[in-house]
Amino acid sequence: MKDTTLVVAGMATLAAGTYVFRLSGQLLRARISFPPRARKLLEAATVILLAALVATTALTEGHGFAGFARPAGVLVGGVLAWRKAPFLVVVIAAAATAALLRLAGVR
Amino acid sequence: MSSIGRTLGRDVLRDIAVTCLAVLFIGLSYGAIAVASGFPLWVPAAQSVLVLAGASEFLFIGIVAAGGNPIAAALAGLLVNARHLPYGLALPEVTGRGWRRMVGTHVMNDESVVFALAQDDLPRKRAAYWACGLGVLICWPGGAVLGALIGSAVHDTGAFGLDAMFPAVILALIIPDLRDRMTLRAALAGAAVALAVTPFLPAGLPVLLALVAVLPLLRQRPSVVTAEAGATAEADGKSGEQSVGAR
Repeated sequence: MKDTTLVVAGMATLAAGTYVFRLSGQLLRARISFPPRARKLLEAATVILLAALVATTALTEGHGFAGFARPAGVLVGGVLAWRKAPFLVVVIAAAATAALLRLAGVR
Repeated sequence: MSSIGRTLGRDVLRDIAVTCLAVLFIGLSYGAIAVASGFPLWVPAAQSVLVLAGASEFLFIGIVAAGGNPIAAALAGLLVNARHLPYGLALPEVTGRGWRRMVGTHVMNDESVVFALAQDDLPRKRAAYWACGLGVLICWPGGAVLGALIGSAVHDTGAFGLDAMFPAVILALIIPDLRDRMTLRAALAGAAVALAVTPFLPAGLPVLLALVAVLPLLRQRPSVVTAEAGATAEADGKSGEQSVGAR
Protein backbone atom coordinates (compact mmCIF):
# COMPACT_ATOMS: atom_id res chain seq x y z
CA MET A 1 0.00 0.00 0.00
CA LYS A 2 1.61 3.20 -1.17
CA ASP A 3 0.20 6.14 0.72
CA THR A 4 -1.48 5.27 4.00
CA THR A 5 -2.83 8.78 4.61
CA LEU A 6 -4.51 8.92 1.24
CA VAL A 7 -5.98 5.43 1.65
CA VAL A 8 -7.37 6.39 5.06
CA ALA A 9 -8.86 9.54 3.55
CA GLY A 10 -10.49 7.43 0.83
CA MET A 11 -11.86 4.98 3.40
CA ALA A 12 -13.25 7.83 5.50
CA THR A 13 -14.87 9.41 2.43
CA LEU A 14 -16.52 6.14 1.46
CA ALA A 15 -17.71 5.42 5.00
CA ALA A 16 -19.08 8.92 5.67
CA GLY A 17 -20.70 9.26 2.26
CA THR A 18 -22.38 5.88 2.55
CA TYR A 19 -23.79 6.85 5.94
CA VAL A 20 -25.16 10.06 4.45
CA PHE A 21 -26.93 8.06 1.72
CA ARG A 22 -28.38 5.71 4.33
CA LEU A 23 -29.59 8.57 6.48
CA SER A 24 -30.90 10.99 3.87
CA GLY A 25 -33.52 8.65 2.41
CA GLN A 26 -35.00 8.15 5.87
CA LEU A 27 -34.90 11.86 6.70
CA LEU A 28 -36.59 12.77 3.43
CA ARG A 29 -39.23 10.18 4.10
CA ALA A 30 -39.89 11.50 7.60
CA ARG A 31 -40.55 15.00 6.20
CA ILE A 32 -42.85 13.96 3.42
CA SER A 33 -46.13 12.15 3.83
CA PHE A 34 -46.47 9.75 0.95
CA PRO A 35 -49.88 8.57 -0.16
CA PRO A 36 -50.27 4.78 0.01
CA ARG A 37 -49.85 4.43 -3.73
CA ALA A 38 -46.55 6.31 -3.77
CA ARG A 39 -45.40 4.04 -0.97
CA LYS A 40 -46.27 1.03 -3.13
CA LEU A 41 -44.30 2.51 -6.00
CA LEU A 42 -41.29 3.09 -3.74
CA GLU A 43 -41.43 -0.56 -2.71
CA ALA A 44 -41.64 -1.57 -6.36
CA ALA A 45 -38.65 0.69 -7.04
CA THR A 46 -36.71 -1.15 -4.34
CA VAL A 47 -37.57 -4.52 -5.87
CA ILE A 48 -36.43 -3.18 -9.25
CA LEU A 49 -33.13 -2.01 -7.72
CA LEU A 50 -32.60 -5.39 -6.10
CA ALA A 51 -33.50 -7.26 -9.30
CA ALA A 52 -31.00 -5.16 -11.24
CA LEU A 53 -28.43 -5.90 -8.54
CA VAL A 54 -29.12 -9.62 -8.94
CA ALA A 55 -28.80 -9.43 -12.72
CA THR A 56 -25.57 -7.45 -12.73
CA THR A 57 -23.86 -9.42 -9.95
CA ALA A 58 -24.95 -12.73 -11.47
CA LEU A 59 -24.03 -12.03 -15.07
CA THR A 60 -21.27 -9.45 -15.10
CA GLU A 61 -17.82 -8.97 -13.63
CA GLY A 62 -16.38 -5.51 -14.11
CA HIS A 63 -17.66 -4.44 -17.53
CA GLY A 64 -17.80 -7.91 -19.05
CA PHE A 65 -19.52 -11.28 -18.85
CA ALA A 66 -18.94 -13.22 -15.64
CA GLY A 67 -18.89 -16.60 -17.38
CA PHE A 68 -21.56 -19.32 -17.32
CA ALA A 69 -20.98 -21.00 -13.97
CA ARG A 70 -22.14 -18.14 -11.73
CA PRO A 71 -25.39 -17.24 -13.55
CA ALA A 72 -26.19 -20.95 -13.86
CA GLY A 73 -25.85 -21.28 -10.10
CA VAL A 74 -28.03 -18.23 -9.51
CA LEU A 75 -30.60 -19.57 -11.99
CA VAL A 76 -30.79 -22.92 -10.17
CA GLY A 77 -31.21 -21.03 -6.89
CA GLY A 78 -33.91 -18.85 -8.44
CA VAL A 79 -35.89 -21.79 -9.81
CA LEU A 80 -35.72 -23.55 -6.44
CA ALA A 81 -36.85 -20.39 -4.66
CA TRP A 82 -39.72 -19.96 -7.12
CA ARG A 83 -40.79 -23.52 -6.28
CA LYS A 84 -40.63 -22.56 -2.60
CA ALA A 85 -37.63 -24.64 -1.66
CA PRO A 86 -36.14 -23.85 1.76
CA PHE A 87 -33.85 -20.85 1.75
CA LEU A 88 -30.79 -22.82 2.90
CA VAL A 89 -31.30 -25.24 0.00
CA VAL A 90 -31.52 -22.33 -2.44
CA VAL A 91 -28.26 -20.76 -1.28
CA ILE A 92 -26.31 -24.01 -1.13
CA ALA A 93 -27.64 -25.19 -4.49
CA ALA A 94 -26.57 -21.92 -6.12
CA ALA A 95 -23.03 -22.16 -4.76
CA ALA A 96 -22.77 -25.91 -5.43
CA THR A 97 -23.99 -25.58 -9.03
CA ALA A 98 -21.41 -22.90 -9.79
CA ALA A 99 -18.68 -24.88 -8.04
CA LEU A 100 -19.51 -28.16 -9.81
CA LEU A 101 -19.71 -26.49 -13.22
CA ARG A 102 -16.26 -25.00 -12.65
CA LEU A 103 -14.98 -28.37 -11.51
CA ALA A 104 -16.26 -29.76 -14.81
CA GLY A 105 -14.34 -27.08 -16.66
CA VAL A 106 -17.18 -24.65 -17.39
CA ARG A 107 -16.15 -21.05 -16.75
CA MET B 1 -33.03 -9.89 21.26
CA SER B 2 -35.39 -12.56 22.54
CA SER B 3 -38.30 -10.27 21.67
CA ILE B 4 -37.01 -10.13 18.10
CA GLY B 5 -37.06 -13.92 18.08
CA ARG B 6 -40.60 -14.06 19.38
CA THR B 7 -41.82 -11.50 16.88
CA LEU B 8 -40.31 -13.19 13.87
CA GLY B 9 -40.67 -16.87 14.56
CA ARG B 10 -38.20 -19.61 13.81
CA ASP B 11 -38.54 -19.74 10.03
CA VAL B 12 -37.63 -16.12 9.37
CA LEU B 13 -34.86 -16.23 11.97
CA ARG B 14 -33.40 -19.30 10.30
CA ASP B 15 -33.47 -17.58 6.89
CA ILE B 16 -31.73 -14.56 8.39
CA ALA B 17 -29.11 -16.84 9.94
CA VAL B 18 -28.48 -18.50 6.56
CA THR B 19 -28.13 -15.07 4.94
CA CYS B 20 -25.67 -13.95 7.59
CA LEU B 21 -23.70 -17.16 7.08
CA ALA B 22 -23.55 -16.44 3.34
CA VAL B 23 -22.38 -12.91 4.17
CA LEU B 24 -19.69 -14.40 6.39
CA PHE B 25 -18.43 -16.57 3.53
CA ILE B 26 -18.37 -13.63 1.14
CA GLY B 27 -16.54 -11.68 3.87
CA LEU B 28 -13.92 -14.44 3.99
CA SER B 29 -13.19 -13.95 0.30
CA TYR B 30 -13.15 -10.17 0.74
CA GLY B 31 -10.56 -10.28 3.53
CA ALA B 32 -8.46 -12.81 1.66
CA ILE B 33 -8.52 -10.81 -1.57
CA ALA B 34 -7.68 -7.57 0.25
CA VAL B 35 -4.61 -9.09 1.88
CA ALA B 36 -3.57 -10.82 -1.32
CA SER B 37 -3.79 -7.43 -3.07
CA GLY B 38 -1.21 -6.03 -0.66
CA PHE B 39 -3.38 -4.35 1.99
CA PRO B 40 -2.62 -4.78 5.69
CA LEU B 41 -5.30 -6.52 7.76
CA TRP B 42 -6.62 -3.32 9.29
CA VAL B 43 -7.85 -2.01 5.92
CA PRO B 44 -10.51 -4.68 5.25
CA ALA B 45 -11.20 -4.84 9.01
CA ALA B 46 -11.89 -1.10 9.30
CA GLN B 47 -13.73 -0.91 5.95
CA SER B 48 -16.02 -3.80 6.80
CA VAL B 49 -17.10 -2.14 10.06
CA LEU B 50 -17.22 1.50 8.93
CA VAL B 51 -18.56 1.13 5.39
CA LEU B 52 -20.48 -2.13 5.84
CA ALA B 53 -21.43 -2.39 2.17
CA GLY B 54 -19.68 -5.26 0.43
CA ALA B 55 -19.79 -4.39 -3.25
CA SER B 56 -18.38 -0.90 -2.72
CA GLU B 57 -15.58 -2.26 -0.54
CA PHE B 58 -14.56 -4.82 -3.16
CA LEU B 59 -14.53 -2.02 -5.71
CA PHE B 60 -12.46 0.29 -3.48
CA ILE B 61 -9.87 -2.40 -2.82
CA GLY B 62 -9.77 -3.33 -6.49
CA ILE B 63 -9.25 0.23 -7.75
CA VAL B 64 -6.60 1.13 -5.18
CA ALA B 65 -4.77 -2.17 -5.67
CA ALA B 66 -4.67 -1.46 -9.42
CA GLY B 67 -2.93 1.84 -8.67
CA GLY B 68 -5.98 4.09 -8.68
CA ASN B 69 -6.37 7.16 -6.50
CA PRO B 70 -8.08 6.24 -3.18
CA ILE B 71 -10.35 9.29 -3.32
CA ALA B 72 -11.47 8.34 -6.84
CA ALA B 73 -12.00 4.79 -5.54
CA ALA B 74 -14.14 6.17 -2.72
CA LEU B 75 -16.27 8.13 -5.19
CA ALA B 76 -16.74 5.00 -7.30
CA GLY B 77 -17.78 3.17 -4.14
CA LEU B 78 -20.25 5.93 -3.29
CA LEU B 79 -21.85 5.57 -6.70
CA VAL B 80 -22.37 1.89 -5.91
CA ASN B 81 -23.86 2.81 -2.53
CA ALA B 82 -26.25 5.50 -3.81
CA ARG B 83 -29.02 2.88 -3.87
CA HIS B 84 -29.22 3.21 -0.08
CA LEU B 85 -31.02 6.53 -0.54
CA PRO B 86 -34.07 5.00 -2.26
CA TYR B 87 -33.89 2.16 0.29
CA GLY B 88 -34.32 4.70 3.07
CA LEU B 89 -37.23 6.27 1.22
CA ALA B 90 -39.02 2.95 0.78
CA LEU B 91 -38.50 1.58 4.28
CA PRO B 92 -41.14 2.24 6.89
CA GLU B 93 -40.05 3.53 10.31
CA VAL B 94 -37.79 0.62 11.25
CA THR B 95 -34.84 2.30 12.90
CA GLY B 96 -36.38 4.34 15.73
CA ARG B 97 -35.01 7.53 17.27
CA GLY B 98 -31.82 8.82 18.88
CA TRP B 99 -28.97 6.32 19.14
CA ARG B 100 -31.18 3.61 17.66
CA ARG B 101 -31.50 5.64 14.51
CA MET B 102 -27.73 6.18 14.41
CA VAL B 103 -27.01 2.46 14.65
CA GLY B 104 -30.08 1.44 12.66
CA THR B 105 -29.05 3.69 9.81
CA HIS B 106 -25.62 2.11 9.67
CA VAL B 107 -27.00 -1.45 9.41
CA MET B 108 -29.10 -0.59 6.34
CA ASN B 109 -27.95 -2.92 3.58
CA ASP B 110 -29.37 -5.03 0.75
CA GLU B 111 -30.07 -7.94 3.07
CA SER B 112 -31.68 -6.09 5.99
CA VAL B 113 -33.82 -4.03 3.58
CA VAL B 114 -35.05 -7.04 1.66
CA PHE B 115 -35.93 -8.94 4.85
CA ALA B 116 -37.78 -5.92 6.23
CA LEU B 117 -39.80 -5.47 3.05
CA ALA B 118 -40.70 -9.16 2.99
CA GLN B 119 -42.55 -8.99 6.34
CA ASP B 120 -46.23 -8.16 6.62
CA ASP B 121 -46.53 -5.72 9.49
CA LEU B 122 -44.41 -3.02 11.07
CA PRO B 123 -43.29 -4.88 14.23
CA ARG B 124 -42.11 -7.79 12.11
CA LYS B 125 -40.46 -5.50 9.56
CA ARG B 126 -38.60 -3.78 12.38
CA ALA B 127 -37.54 -7.04 14.00
CA ALA B 128 -36.36 -8.53 10.70
CA TYR B 129 -34.46 -5.36 9.80
CA TRP B 130 -32.61 -5.30 13.10
CA ALA B 131 -31.95 -9.03 13.30
CA CYS B 132 -30.50 -9.11 9.79
CA GLY B 133 -28.74 -5.77 10.12
CA LEU B 134 -26.99 -6.69 13.36
CA GLY B 135 -26.21 -10.15 12.04
CA VAL B 136 -24.51 -8.65 9.01
CA LEU B 137 -22.72 -6.14 11.25
CA ILE B 138 -21.13 -9.12 13.03
CA CYS B 139 -20.69 -11.55 10.13
CA TRP B 140 -19.31 -9.23 7.44
CA PRO B 141 -16.40 -7.85 9.52
CA GLY B 142 -15.96 -11.24 11.19
CA GLY B 143 -15.65 -12.91 7.81
CA ALA B 144 -13.36 -10.20 6.50
CA VAL B 145 -10.92 -10.48 9.42
CA LEU B 146 -10.95 -14.28 9.30
CA GLY B 147 -10.39 -14.20 5.55
CA ALA B 148 -7.51 -11.77 5.95
CA LEU B 149 -5.95 -14.08 8.56
CA ILE B 150 -6.44 -17.27 6.56
CA GLY B 151 -5.34 -15.43 3.44
CA SER B 152 -4.51 -17.45 0.39
CA ALA B 153 -6.32 -20.57 1.62
CA VAL B 154 -9.66 -19.06 0.59
CA HIS B 155 -8.35 -16.94 -2.23
CA ASP B 156 -9.89 -19.01 -5.00
CA THR B 157 -13.47 -18.39 -3.93
CA GLY B 158 -14.76 -19.21 -7.39
CA ALA B 159 -13.97 -22.85 -6.79
CA PHE B 160 -16.58 -22.96 -4.02
CA GLY B 161 -19.17 -21.02 -5.99
CA LEU B 162 -19.29 -18.34 -3.29
CA ASP B 163 -19.77 -15.65 -5.92
CA ALA B 164 -23.17 -17.17 -6.79
CA MET B 165 -24.37 -16.83 -3.19
CA PHE B 166 -25.07 -13.10 -2.99
CA PRO B 167 -27.24 -12.84 -6.13
CA ALA B 168 -29.03 -16.07 -5.14
CA VAL B 169 -29.79 -14.73 -1.65
CA ILE B 170 -31.24 -11.48 -2.95
CA LEU B 171 -33.15 -13.23 -5.74
CA ALA B 172 -34.72 -15.72 -3.33
CA LEU B 173 -35.85 -12.87 -1.10
CA ILE B 174 -37.50 -10.79 -3.82
CA ILE B 175 -39.28 -13.75 -5.44
CA PRO B 176 -42.47 -13.29 -3.38
CA ASP B 177 -42.71 -9.77 -4.85
CA LEU B 178 -41.96 -11.06 -8.34
CA ARG B 179 -45.04 -13.28 -8.28
CA ASP B 180 -46.95 -10.08 -8.94
CA ARG B 181 -47.13 -9.72 -12.73
CA MET B 182 -46.61 -5.96 -12.88
CA THR B 183 -43.68 -6.05 -10.48
CA LEU B 184 -42.12 -8.95 -12.36
CA ARG B 185 -42.36 -7.12 -15.66
CA ALA B 186 -40.88 -3.95 -14.17
CA ALA B 187 -38.10 -5.89 -12.45
CA LEU B 188 -37.17 -7.70 -15.67
CA ALA B 189 -37.16 -4.44 -17.59
CA GLY B 190 -34.98 -2.82 -14.94
CA ALA B 191 -32.57 -5.76 -14.94
CA ALA B 192 -32.37 -5.59 -18.75
CA VAL B 193 -31.58 -1.88 -18.64
CA ALA B 194 -28.86 -2.42 -16.03
CA LEU B 195 -27.28 -5.25 -18.03
CA ALA B 196 -27.43 -3.30 -21.29
CA VAL B 197 -25.49 -0.35 -19.90
CA THR B 198 -23.02 -2.27 -17.70
CA PRO B 199 -20.32 -2.48 -20.43
CA PHE B 200 -20.26 1.31 -20.81
CA LEU B 201 -20.92 2.85 -17.41
CA PRO B 202 -19.03 2.88 -14.11
CA ALA B 203 -20.14 0.32 -11.49
CA GLY B 204 -23.22 1.31 -9.54
CA LEU B 205 -24.76 3.50 -12.20
CA PRO B 206 -26.40 0.61 -14.15
CA VAL B 207 -28.36 -0.48 -11.06
CA LEU B 208 -29.57 3.08 -10.49
CA LEU B 209 -30.59 3.43 -14.13
CA ALA B 210 -32.79 0.35 -13.69
CA LEU B 211 -35.15 2.67 -11.81
CA VAL B 212 -36.51 3.94 -15.15
CA ALA B 213 -38.50 0.69 -15.12
CA VAL B 214 -40.72 2.18 -12.42
CA LEU B 215 -42.08 4.70 -14.94
CA PRO B 216 -44.57 2.34 -16.69
CA LEU B 217 -46.03 1.52 -13.27
CA LEU B 218 -46.97 5.18 -12.91
CA ARG B 219 -49.41 4.93 -15.76
CA GLN B 220 -51.47 2.25 -14.09
CA ARG B 221 -54.08 4.50 -12.49
CA PRO B 222 -54.25 7.84 -14.26
CA SER B 223 -56.13 9.58 -11.45
CA VAL B 224 -53.11 9.56 -9.16
CA VAL B 225 -50.40 9.84 -11.73
CA THR B 226 -49.46 13.48 -11.28
CA ALA B 227 -48.74 13.35 -7.57
CA GLU B 228 -46.95 10.05 -7.73
CA ALA B 229 -44.98 10.89 -10.82
CA GLY B 230 -43.46 13.69 -8.79
CA ALA B 231 -42.77 11.48 -5.78
CA THR B 232 -41.03 8.75 -7.71
CA ALA B 233 -39.14 11.06 -10.01
CA GLU B 234 -37.76 12.81 -6.94
CA ALA B 235 -36.89 9.49 -5.34
CA ASP B 236 -34.98 8.56 -8.48
CA GLY B 237 -33.31 11.86 -9.02
CA LYS B 238 -32.95 12.57 -5.29
CA SER B 239 -33.23 16.21 -6.14
CA GLY B 240 -36.06 17.87 -4.35
CA GLU B 241 -38.83 17.42 -1.89
CA GLN B 242 -40.80 20.44 -2.98
CA SER B 243 -43.05 18.86 -5.59
CA VAL B 244 -43.78 15.95 -3.27
CA GLY B 245 -44.31 18.17 -0.28
CA ALA B 246 -46.61 20.41 -2.29
CA ARG B 247 -48.81 17.49 -3.04
